[in-house]
Amino acid sequence: MIIMTRQPVHFYQVGSFAVGNRLLEVSDRTVQSDPQRFDSLDSGHRACQGCGEALGARYALDAAMRATGGQLIAVNATGCLEVFSTPYPETSWRIAWLHSLFGNAPAVATGVAAAMKVKGMNDVRVVAQAGDGGTVDIGFGCLSGMFERNDDVLFICYDNEAYMNTGVQRSGATPPAARTATTEAVGPEPGNVFGQGKDMPRLAMAHGISYVATATVADLHDLENKVEHAMQLHGARYLHILVPCPLGWGSASCDTIKVARLAQETGLFPVFEAENGVVTGVSKIRHRTSVESYLSIQKRFRHLFAGSGRPDIVARIQAMADQNIALYGLLAEDAPAEITREVSA
Amino acid sequence: MLRQIEGSRGVAETVARCRPEVVCAYPISPQTHIIEAIGEMVKAGQLSPCEFINVESEFAAMSVSIGASAAGARAYTATASQGLLFMMEAVYNAAGLGLPIVMTLANRAIGAPINIWNDHSDAMAARDAGWIQLFAETNQEAADLHVLAFRLAEELSLPVMVCMDGFILTHAVEGIDVPDQRDVDAFLPSYEPRQVLDPAHPISIGAMVGPEAFTEVRYLSHLRQLDALDLIPVLASQFASTFGRESGGLIHSYETNDATTIVVALGSVLGTIKDAVDQRRALGDRVGVVGITTFRPFPFDEVRRALANAQRVIVIEKAFSVGYGGVLSADVASATHDATISLHSVVAGLGGRAITQHSLEAILDDAVHGRLDSVTFLDLDLDIVESERARIDTQRRSGPSAENVLSDLGTVASRIG
Ligand SMILES: Cc1ncc(C[n+]2csc(CCOP(=O)(O)OP(=O)(O)O)c2C)c(N)n1
Ligand code: SF4
Ligand SMILES: [Mg+2]
Repeated sequence: MIIMTRQPVHFYQVGSFAVGNRLLEVSDRTVQSDPQRFDSLDSGHRACQGCGEALGARYALDAAMRATGGQLIAVNATGCLEVFSTPYPETSWRIAWLHSLFGNAPAVATGVAAAMKVKGMNDVRVVAQAGDGGTVDIGFGCLSGMFERNDDVLFICYDNEAYMNTGVQRSGATPPAARTATTEAVGPEPGNVFGQGKDMPRLAMAHGISYVATATVADLHDLENKVEHAMQLHGARYLHILVPCPLGWGSASCDTIKVARLAQETGLFPVFEAENGVVTGVSKIRHRTSVESYLSIQKRFRHLFAGSGRPDIVARIQAMADQNIALYGLLAEDAPAEITREVSA
Repeated sequence: MLRQIEGSRGVAETVARCRPEVVCAYPISPQTHIIEAIGEMVKAGQLSPCEFINVESEFAAMSVSIGASAAGARAYTATASQGLLFMMEAVYNAAGLGLPIVMTLANRAIGAPINIWNDHSDAMAARDAGWIQLFAETNQEAADLHVLAFRLAEELSLPVMVCMDGFILTHAVEGIDVPDQRDVDAFLPSYEPRQVLDPAHPISIGAMVGPEAFTEVRYLSHLRQLDALDLIPVLASQFASTFGRESGGLIHSYETNDATTIVVALGSVLGTIKDAVDQRRALGDRVGVVGITTFRPFPFDEVRRALANAQRVIVIEKAFSVGYGGVLSADVASATHDATISLHSVVAGLGGRAITQHSLEAILDDAVHGRLDSVTFLDLDLDIVESERARIDTQRRSGPSAENVLSDLGTVASRIG
């Protein structure tokens, strides 16, 4: 089943490629454009300006709240999202919300889902959420267990590619060459190593769970559609959302959406969905862009461009993007195969 | 009705009669028979509605229990030893969140060296976690304590750990009267949570708390533990009137009225101690026993009163704090803080070493004759220790001590004493 071909008509707005709500039927508009949206994560929290994680969480949970008619319980791992949203009595959560530990959100969510089942409250659905550290590193054991048991939980990873809450240290999801507080931009191989990384969406797929998808905060329609679809299914489901972090990435607060879009348009972050372990749809790259355009606007990659720069390293990163493009077939048939122009937002 | 069953079976059947709604566990000896039996009851539909969840680790087992309890379900788990340590972060978290989870701890030593047999190192490692800790003396009490534990946990919104000696109790077959379902239902009302995840009334649980309120929140947990000191005797007497036998309570004294020497201990070793005391009494020694059922919160007043007339107190303890000494004896010392009592700590039964009546009588004999040191390791083989000490002194690469001690001992597979 191809899920991605939901938009029969392409609407192009200047630069952004996003579909403007005002051009759509009311029924096709985003949850966020609805003045009656739930505001699951309300304003007033303490995230940095331009925090992609705050955006991603609000988008995802509002969509889940709509999909479940408000019958939702969220479990949160320790991390930026938990810390910036809750210093009591100023909780920003308007939904039933539980935080236990950094590495156990998937298991806590299993417990909540089991309680709902045993009480016959089958309409109440459970979402667990964590940063990339709480997902691919410390929470991985619990997450894999939850997948393997196929518990009725949608797990959302807000991937900002490092441990932001503790001051930007590397995680298993930090990309090669990125500077973090523990992968310093010094020495002959500055920044994070070139390794296998932890490709969590594919690891999730390998568990054979019903639904795995990736998304970015740059494409709201796509993100909301994926949440909504996920909430229609039962059993373990996984959504991996790329959420730029202005503080950790050294990007301008106003560029969060642009950075997220470039991650996708370069091929560095493939946006796709998979059912039962098989990729069923990909978001095609509309205008293929070189990785420089993405890397150069983030201070975590500044050492690749300072002085005479490190074209060798940039070329290796470009090769990763090219590999993703080939692996997922990210180029639309009608999209130009070579780099045409940079995206401006 | 008394039935000859394994201690684990008695606990499993009793827990089932407490109608847990979510049971989640990870296997570790000597806890396995308990969760296997409950799992089977759930699968066979004898315990319903209940979700039994096999997880990938103890950390997940406690975390699932946290989620289930916060969502309003009665949650139960069981573990031991390494399993308790593996889940420890979540053990503290459950208590901090005030979730009334009940857990059986089938007491077992902690490695290294790895050892599956009984002592109390695991329970002591969790003594500051904020859980109420109850110790069973017999298998009947182990079963009964679970009924009390659910009631206590849910009244106070605190988690309760029921400690029962691994193998000595869990695997011993003896007569147990599994609490009757109707009596359990009368004693244990259905769980009414104080805080619950409910989409209709959304609240945040587990928020960040800074220095402005952390002390107060922690102090409230402390007060709730202290409330347990009042509630436990009340529940014990209610239990006695409902079930027609005594179980639970804070402490239990035996032959202490005129005793000048009193032995204090936790758990199943109390039976052997009572036999040793009977023997010494037959010889004319004025000795008695105080068994501590409620270890956390520690019943300072009761212990002080029970030991008030003793000249000598001997604490038999199956765990010790390395580099410090006995843990239970330190608590007893601060309960008595009376210079006229001479207090002796006897560390015994580590890693399953049998605590024999013979050795205990020798300890009592030493004590009444003023020969007992302040800290004694019962039945310690000093020759073996000296031999390894000498090896360490003479060889830089002396090798792993555990393996050296075993080679010095030779083949002793059948000896547990
Ligand atoms: C067991 C444990 N280890 C370490 C920490 C410290 N810690 C808290 S949040 C965090 C990093 C969170 O990173 P991530 O999951 O990526 O979330 P982010 O803050 O980046 O959104 C760390 C290391 C902790 N709270 N618990
Ligand atoms: S550090 Fe990054 S993830 Fe954390 S609040 Fe700031 S922008 Fe958001
Ligand atoms: Mg992160």
